[in-house]
Amino acid sequence: MKLNKLSNLLLAASMTLAVAGTAQAQSRDTIQIAGSSTVLPFSSVVAEEFGNNFAQFRTPVVGSGGSSGGLRQFCQGVGANTIDVANSSRKMRPNEVEACKANGVKDIIEVKIGYDGIVFASRVDAAIFKLEPVHVFMAQAAQVPQNGKMVSNPYTRWNQIDKTLPDQEILLAIPGSNHGTREVYEEKVVVPGCNTLAEVKALDKDAASKFCTAMRTDGRVVEIAGDYTETLARLTAQKDALGVFGLSFYEANRDRIKVATVSGVEPNLDTIISGEYPVSRPLYIYVKGAHIGVIPGLQEYAMFHVSEGMSGFGSALESAGLIPLSDDERAETSQNIRQKKSL
Amino acid sequence: MTIIAENPIKAVAAPSQVQQKVIDSLNRRHRKENLFRRLGLTAVLISLGLVAVLFINIFSKGLPAFWQSAVTLDIYFDPQIIKIPPMPQQRDDESDNDFRQRHIEWQTEIGFVNFNRLITDSLQKVLPDANKHRRDLARVVTSGERFALRDMVVADPSIIGQTRTLHLLTDANIDVWLKGNIDRSLPDEQQQLSAKMREWVDKLSADGVIQNRFSLALFMNPDSRSSLASAGLAGAFMGSFYMMLVVILLAVPMGVAAAIYLEEFAPRNKITDLVEVNINNLAAVPSIVFGLLGASVLIGWFNLPMSAPIVGGLVLSLMTLPTVIIATRSTLKAIPPSIRQAALGLGASKMQAIFHHVLPLAIPGILTGAILGVAQALGETAPLLLIGMKSFVASIPASPFEQASALPVQIYLWQGNELRNFFEARTSAAIIVLLLMMISLNGLAIWLRKKYEKRW
Repeated sequence: MKLNKLSNLLLAASMTLAVAGTAQAQSRDTIQIAGSSTVLPFSSVVAEEFGNNFAQFRTPVVGSGGSSGGLRQFCQGVGANTIDVANSSRKMRPNEVEACKANGVKDIIEVKIGYDGIVFASRVDAAIFKLEPVHVFMAQAAQVPQNGKMVSNPYTRWNQIDKTLPDQEILLAIPGSNHGTREVYEEKVVVPGCNTLAEVKALDKDAASKFCTAMRTDGRVVEIAGDYTETLARLTAQKDALGVFGLSFYEANRDRIKVATVSGVEPNLDTIISGEYPVSRPLYIYVKGAHIGVIPGLQEYAMFHVSEGMSGFGSALESAGLIPLSDDERAETSQNIRQKKSL
Repeated sequence: MTIIAENPIKAVAAPSQVQQKVIDSLNRRHRKENLFRRLGLTAVLISLGLVAVLFINIFSKGLPAFWQSAVTLDIYFDPQIIKIPPMPQQRDDESDNDFRQRHIEWQTEIGFVNFNRLITDSLQKVLPDANKHRRDLARVVTSGERFALRDMVVADPSIIGQTRTLHLLTDANIDVWLKGNIDRSLPDEQQQLSAKMREWVDKLSADGVIQNRFSLALFMNPDSRSSLASAGLAGAFMGSFYMMLVVILLAVPMGVAAAIYLEEFAPRNKITDLVEVNINNLAAVPSIVFGLLGASVLIGWFNLPMSAPIVGGLVLSLMTLPTVIIATRSTLKAIPPSIRQAALGLGASKMQAIFHHVLPLAIPGILTGAILGVAQALGETAPLLLIGMKSFVASIPASPFEQASALPVQIYLWQGNELRNFFEARTSAAIIVLLLMMISLNGLAIWLRKKYEKRW
């Protein structure tokens, strides 16, 4: 008898679950966000404040997965089981826009939320680095020019590349290719550094870009697929390692790591805003236009994200390490959201 | 024997030689045994040592995080600052929906109140020269506490005009500073707190205004990123709870039913053999595969919500099912056939024999298997990462269909938080909570087995 009652109870409970499940599946009232782990801390703060400030909307859910991963999820289609916002630390590529459109995601609203700097940092007890882009290229390249010929990278210590660099093993921890940061690192440091070489200028465009981004494979350059904590762990384990971080991560861990100057400029809020520090990039969120009006609060979330109070100077996002947009940019971005301007 | 016959001189010596041989071989065998014993003991000691290192490491890091620095302040709910209309009351002719609408508008109105002012105003009373450092002043108390004040007003607007003594959590970096988790001798540019702030904090701490208090936030709050000091485990705990509920409701009854059928009723043929082999195989499938299945089938085809405990629960049920089936079957096998035979002999049907006589005896074993399966599911992380449960969720889920995180995933998320000085300890604290839950589940399993165990 007892057993019978128990099984009836279980049956009833699972039936309720199943019924509730089908009812739930049709609509969703929570904004779903995924993508770049650089944007994630900022978006999370916005999501939390959004939920706290707007009693009528639920707190959005922010996932990670890297810029590429987020955009891929974003482009899967339209509907309650697809995400509403993709965070990206780089601009969406034309082929991604096409892939999106092919899957029916036609209205993509691009929202620039601010800027972030990319810094090279070493352990606080290690030597000081004064990097030039060409040094980074020389350290990570598969082949380097020597006496007019391309030879496979012979450098094992930084001071072999340039006398001004410390006498220290070359060990570079760079973000994996799933990160938007990687693209910016190559675009703003490696390639410009590579292009300063006379031998590269002589090459044609395709050969040069292939040559510049080819990476050595002897284990001196490590690609980190996880987030910056993993890079930090690498530095903790190996004193000589030089890691690539976001400025905000460095700011939160100044007691453990110190930054290298690039082209003689130290990265900070001012030098990044003024453009003196070369390695900075805009951060974006991409909003699915078709979900506005379906998922409650989506447009308001995007507006909130770029509002002065949330991401302007002196705001919560600025203290979290985001470099704010200029007033003009902010006005333009807000306008784009209001008009649902699609890519 | 032949040797003795051939050589009589040796024959005298022979017994001693044989003896010698035996003694040698005995010594050899003893040596081997000793060696093996020592090896075994070393293995045990090494593993115990490793466990001890793990536990000491986690506990030494994590235990301090259960206490968190909080500042005791007399907060005056100043009517000059909190200027809000009275809380709306539902009128007789008003529908629930309209009332809710009005209530939300009222709450939005409250959202415009600067609750930080209440905190800074009361801090000014305990801090000299506070006015000159307003930026620092606003950062003493973690930003999430202003919502706690707001919630107090929403819950009871009559509080306006009154003064309450409250313990408010300090900023995460203050906690780090006071606990010594950052090197105090570092120069200004490497510190997280400004020189003024450090001076204030040390003074307040010496005065007893800032004290280390047991952190309720760790248990009562969901995760937070805008106010790191208030980040807690409640959201993840509820997420895990709902998932375990689904596992218990689905995997356990299904697993037990399947096991009873296979063990007692199913005919022995090729098909049941195949089923049996596959169940064993299923138990060996890496858990991440179930995550992929959940992502593509449950979310992709059945349109279940992403990051929801219901999906996590279904995926973990699949993973736990073979464990439950195998445990139940071996328990059923261990019940002496005489019980069945006696029941059948007295005229019970097969069904009666099993449900009235065999199953009650098997229940402790089944429960043990089920609890161990659930404990295993509780600690599982990999499949959850694939169904979106590693998202940042800043709310406590009210049902299994709402977005949530899970305890092991929360550990993973905190491990990746950029404020390492604060979250290293927080992560270890979360590990301790998870470990305690596991140990108590396993303890429950042992207790049940001991209590209901029958010997034949």
